[in-house]
Amino acid sequence: MTILRHELRRGKTALLIWTGVIALLLAICIFLFPEMKKEMESISEMFASMGSFTAAFGMDRLSFGTLTGYYAIECGNVLGLGGAFFASLIAAAMLSKEEKGRTAEFLLTHPVSRTRIVTEKLAALIIQILAMNLMIWLVSAGSMLAVGEEIPWKEVGLMHLSYLLLQIELCGICFGISAFISRGSLGIGLGIAALMYFMNLISNIAEAAEPLKYITPFAYCSGADIVTNGTLDWSLVAIGCGFTAAGIAAAYIKYLKKDIAA
Amino acid sequence: MEAVKTDKLTKYYGRTRGIDGLDLTVEKGECFGFIGPNGAGKSTTIRTLLGLLSPTSGSASVLGMNVLRDKKEILRRVGYLPSETLFYPGMKVRDILRFSAGLRSADCSDAAAVLCERLQLDPSRRIDDLSFGNRKKVGIVCALQADPELLILDEPTGGLDPLIQKEFFDILSERSRRGVTVFISSHVLHEIQRNCTRAAVIRDGRVIACGRVDELSKTSAKRISFRGTVDLTGLEGIRDLNESGDGAGFLYNGAMDALLCRLAAGSVSDLNISDPDLDEIFMHYYTKED
Repeated sequence: MTILRHELRRGKTALLIWTGVIALLLAICIFLFPEMKKEMESISEMFASMGSFTAAFGMDRLSFGTLTGYYAIECGNVLGLGGAFFASLIAAAMLSKEEKGRTAEFLLTHPVSRTRIVTEKLAALIIQILAMNLMIWLVSAGSMLAVGEEIPWKEVGLMHLSYLLLQIELCGICFGISAFISRGSLGIGLGIAALMYFMNLISNIAEAAEPLKYITPFAYCSGADIVTNGTLDWSLVAIGCGFTAAGIAAAYIKYLKKDIAA
Repeated sequence: MEAVKTDKLTKYYGRTRGIDGLDLTVEKGECFGFIGPNGAGKSTTIRTLLGLLSPTSGSASVLGMNVLRDKKEILRRVGYLPSETLFYPGMKVRDILRFSAGLRSADCSDAAAVLCERLQLDPSRRIDDLSFGNRKKVGIVCALQADPELLILDEPTGGLDPLIQKEFFDILSERSRRGVTVFISSHVLHEIQRNCTRAAVIRDGRVIACGRVDELSKTSAKRISFRGTVDLTGLEGIRDLNESGDGAGFLYNGAMDALLCRLAAGSVSDLNISDPDLDEIFMHYYTKED
């Protein structure tokens, strides 16, 4: 557990900053809800006239006047993008940072198998993602109670679960990539998260691009679908699990055989 | 039993040569020097022995164990000091030492405290605030604190002041007396001459000379330079003669008393006799090889 503890200690600051920022933004959004509810009519009209972007964000099927609809659109984007960036960034850097910072030689010349290194680093990632989601969920629920709204437990729970799964999927993919690179993890992490996000928007707008939903994890995080169906699209989640497993497997296969150059 | 043995060990990075058919034997308990210029393959050899690189062909064993199969057990019994000691930023020295010990599942706090004191290393300082030499000391403590059977030290004295260098070699000598094998890769010839019993010279990924240090040194010339007027005509063993207006410099591989006679007969206001640069030693071996 030495490497796990080491990684958690080293990642603590970034985790607190990202969690703090996302939780703060979510809380601000929720605290704005009572005001939004009063102006529901004009806001709904405005969003309905945004053409294809209305569909892109699922605003054609959700009402801004309900906490569920408002949370799915406003807070979903904050949590979705913020969480995706965080998970991608830390995962893309997790293995590569040892070579970039030239600490790989130090770490890998201790009597620790590479399998253990990969496993403990992966565990550190999952723990950080779980911790962030738990803290955000608590802040979110607390904020809803603070503004006097009844918490739609099922819908909010499913939305948070979907974003947790999204982060784990991006984490798995970026972790796999991390084993192949020795620098440039920042650009790759941000790039993959942004690419997946925009793929989802495009697949929502253009019918021809609909198959993209099988690639991007944002597809199973659609608040409109979750609220409408009362469940996640488990077939898309299963595909996502496949990508996650492939990323993690690639990380093990590559890192176990990788030459660590000077 | 051999502490290190390589048999036609070869490592290519794509089409670039790292080492090529390297044969090397280091006996258990000896202090062995590994000499070579940059790019000769010293680090590639060490990295292959430690499992950081997979050999392209050939085989290597450390403490009788195969470097590919028994990597973890080898690393448990080896202490390694890299030439560039880089650690995780933001950590304190004591955290690094504890982390290193933790990776060995060992409590090395007593040994670390003794080593820190002897090397004058303050464990409460942050890694980022340390000079190159002090970071090297951290690397030394990490390599030594678990009391390994084999020490592999890559350019160990870079950045260390002479007093600490002496203390460091005293520690190595104590370990060596207890049966620890020491493998030193260095550019500093006198370090190898003073502290090692045997050495190997590597060039272009191959060992071009290997044997007892005193035997290897015998073949090396001295660098002579003087100010004044001396008749060197006919003196055998002079190479690379460079005469200036007020003196001369050359490599000398002949009889020392003959040279001293010539110097005494001349008019000399200043004289310097030193070991040739390592480059010159290499040149000697290269010339011999070619």
